[in-house]
Amino acid sequence: MREPLTGTLIFERGSAESRCVEAPALDVPSVDLDSALGGRARTVLPALPHVTEVDIARHYERLASANFGVDSGFYPLGSCTMKYNPKIDEWACRLPGFALTHPYQPASTVQGVLELMWTLQESLGEIAGLPAVTLQPAAGAHGELTGLLTIRAYHTANGDPRKRVLVPDSAHGTNPATVAMCGYEVVQVPSDERGGVDLAALRGLLDTDVAAIMLTNPNTLGLFEENILTITAAVHEVGALAYCDGANLNAILGKTRPGDMGFDALHINVHKTFATPHGGGGPGAGPVAVTDALAPFLPGPVIGRAEDGGFSLVTPELSIGRVRSFLGNVGVLVRAYAYIRALGGSGVTEVAEQAVLSANYLKEVLREAFPVPYDRICKHEFVLSGSALRKEYGVRTLDVAKRLLDYGFHPPTIYFPLIVDEAMMIEPTETEGKGTLDRFAEVLMRIAEEAAADPDLLHGAPYSTPVRRLDEAAAVKQPDLAWRPAEDAEA
Amino acid sequence: MRFIPVTCEDQAHMLARVGVGSVDDLFADVPEDARLARPLALPEPMGEVELSAHLMSLAKANTDASDVVSFLGGGCYDHYVPAVVDAVISKPAFFTAYTPYQPEVSQGTLQAIYEYQSMICQLTGMEVANASMYDGATAFAEAALMACRVTKRQRVLVSQSVHPEWRQTLATYVEAGTVTVTEVAGADGLADVEALAAELADDVAAIMVASPTFYGTLDDLGALGELAHEAGALLVVGTNPILLGVMEPPATYGADIVVAEGQPLGSPMSYGGPGLGVFTCRQAHLRQMPGRVAGRTTDVDGKTGFVLTFSTREQHIRREKATSNICSNHALNALAAGVYLSAVGREGLRGIAEACVAKAHYLEAALVSTGRFERAFAAPFGYEFALQYRGDVAEMQRTLVARGFFAGLDLAAFSPDDAGLVLFAVTEKRTRAELDRFVGEVSAL
Repeated sequence: MREPLTGTLIFERGSAESRCVEAPALDVPSVDLDSALGGRARTVLPALPHVTEVDIARHYERLASANFGVDSGFYPLGSCTMKYNPKIDEWACRLPGFALTHPYQPASTVQGVLELMWTLQESLGEIAGLPAVTLQPAAGAHGELTGLLTIRAYHTANGDPRKRVLVPDSAHGTNPATVAMCGYEVVQVPSDERGGVDLAALRGLLDTDVAAIMLTNPNTLGLFEENILTITAAVHEVGALAYCDGANLNAILGKTRPGDMGFDALHINVHKTFATPHGGGGPGAGPVAVTDALAPFLPGPVIGRAEDGGFSLVTPELSIGRVRSFLGNVGVLVRAYAYIRALGGSGVTEVAEQAVLSANYLKEVLREAFPVPYDRICKHEFVLSGSALRKEYGVRTLDVAKRLLDYGFHPPTIYFPLIVDEAMMIEPTETEGKGTLDRFAEVLMRIAEEAAADPDLLHGAPYSTPVRRLDEAAAVKQPDLAWRPAEDAEA
Repeated sequence: MRFIPVTCEDQAHMLARVGVGSVDDLFADVPEDARLARPLALPEPMGEVELSAHLMSLAKANTDASDVVSFLGGGCYDHYVPAVVDAVISKPAFFTAYTPYQPEVSQGTLQAIYEYQSMICQLTGMEVANASMYDGATAFAEAALMACRVTKRQRVLVSQSVHPEWRQTLATYVEAGTVTVTEVAGADGLADVEALAAELADDVAAIMVASPTFYGTLDDLGALGELAHEAGALLVVGTNPILLGVMEPPATYGADIVVAEGQPLGSPMSYGGPGLGVFTCRQAHLRQMPGRVAGRTTDVDGKTGFVLTFSTREQHIRREKATSNICSNHALNALAAGVYLSAVGREGLRGIAEACVAKAHYLEAALVSTGRFERAFAAPFGYEFALQYRGDVAEMQRTLVARGFFAGLDLAAFSPDDAGLVLFAVTEKRTRAELDRFVGEVSAL
């Protein structure tokens, strides 16, 4: 009988005698561990698996078979920019000259890494339209924290500490969480009927206690803030700064730049925009680009270039300090560099053009089956509402998403943004061919027909995945967050 | 190079279907004044052949750990990475997947996280581990914020024996909030128990230490745990996961939150990143823990399956009330750690740790016997140790780089108080021949 793909733990494979990689033979005198460690030697070894290499290879191959990635198929997860990642980027970050270097090596022995990082800093600054860049943040949300702390330090240095940060109601959940971490009060800005920031409401909220506004542009509805210049001007008028959440940068590359729109700071999710595989949740990297006025406050180190062409690590004069150890997620940054160099300026711009064309095309094809709540030209993503299916047939967007799995597609982002009822946020990206988009649209329309004909078919979906709908309530009620050996369980 | 599969003919068809004449019409909503009216000033595109040669030349412009004998540590270590680790994490189904928001097609990622959490709990002796933080430094900073949430107190005591970059990261994280950090000087390379006791008061949420410390020495965690708990505070410990193969885990001494830099578990050094933030706590504090956690459950057919759970603490649900803003984490490095710990197993990890400890003690004794160095601290150490150099450290290091050695870390770069101190890390990759050659070079200085 065939074993299920998942469920059997690595701890349950192999036998007590199984070994894979053993320690090298000891070529120095052995030490008495307890005395070497000052009486702290471990008495009970950790119950790690006992497996051979073939057990490991097969175990993880089975797990991989139960996983869906971009290389498996279409992954239109809105706001996540799940594009195909060129394999050369993977190859590059594994080169020994990058992978086997230590962060505390003398700068003279890592000029290649530093040159690459310096060029990346410059390139990201050009794409952002903002002159100063730190590569240190490890992820988008980490970049938000860095950017907002930089803004905070700027206000403090000017003797003008402020209390509030404005965040639109369509914002990513990380934005309000970041604002709170930075010690500011979160004030929500409503959206208008066109899906942009409500200008009148914004004006009502702006005063000299506002430190910044945090905007995603294009926003999480996939819409460009048409009034962006008015918004940033109004924000600057009260002495506040404008922060851009760069999650949706893929849509505007080479067409417009956050700096040109009046933003003072931006984080760049290089893992989204500049093609790094998402690794099942990370690592990513979230470099931050800022204006000259904010540059002295960036976390260090950044890469400096001397007149003789040499590269070094320098800490900005009024730096907020570090936001993590070492320089940043260099492995991820190498991939981003390779990607940008492959495309060049023209290719980077083409990315945005095709991402936007693909989104508008797919929206046009799907609009008959699913209402488009904010019906305008979209940028790289768009939001549909499943509210009609719910009202007419009792089929929820969650059911539609689960049914998509049976057809071999990863579902879009669902129930976000929060301001759209039964939301489905679809981001096709530039790396999908027209054939894929057409097939996806066809399947979504077929699912809409299924909803009408047999709602229960959708309520029961998926049927073809390694496991079906999981009991999330039980996972909370009886938490099982780690395997323990039988003897522990008995004790 | 172009990574777009859409043909010109397809583009024309798509534009017609949308009802616009050109792609530029799709950017009509971008105000004229905000448009970039020129091409991006980036280098010219490169074909794959040229690009690979270019990247190789940048890579070769660096001296890597295979070119020299390196004794550099300080939070990033030259451990052996078994070949099977890269084979597993290179599987596209793992590395091209996103956060497992659709568990039915993410069981591979979810089960791997659950197994990682299990192994980390075994290693640290703690009850709960999350799916990862960015690195050891951010895990340490988040531990301080968590300790304040748990105890409803607003100050933490941090020993200066903790890695300076971890302390700097913590300082940045709390800068804007209501939490304050009191740094307490160490003694003999360790946390100073008496000095910490003197600072303890009923506003202190946690005593935060590292064992091994930045200097490689091992603290008396038992005394620190008692001290913290008597005052109603938590004990937060940063540790080294390889050393836990032979060292009693911090949980034994009553640690409440244990964090670590997990890079030694199967991730390459990569000039310091990405690393792996290991984060663990007691079950009682689960709801205050930052980050994701995977749990085991069943599906509608009764089959075992895995989901992300306790997400009611997280930013996508609680927004400004979330326990943390972390979203993308270091899942692929966590996967690498799971494969690494499976590959070495309990005996392998013990053997590796034992080799590190034995070689470090061998080198320490040999360097002291050259007369060029003396012991900086009396405390026991694991596989990293600090020595006082009798001479100019920078000059010594320059000379030895030229002879093929990264001769430890000059601690004066971190604190003027540590002038003359050199920190050496000795992993299982160093051979006796390398150590003897290095001692020979030192003797000849």
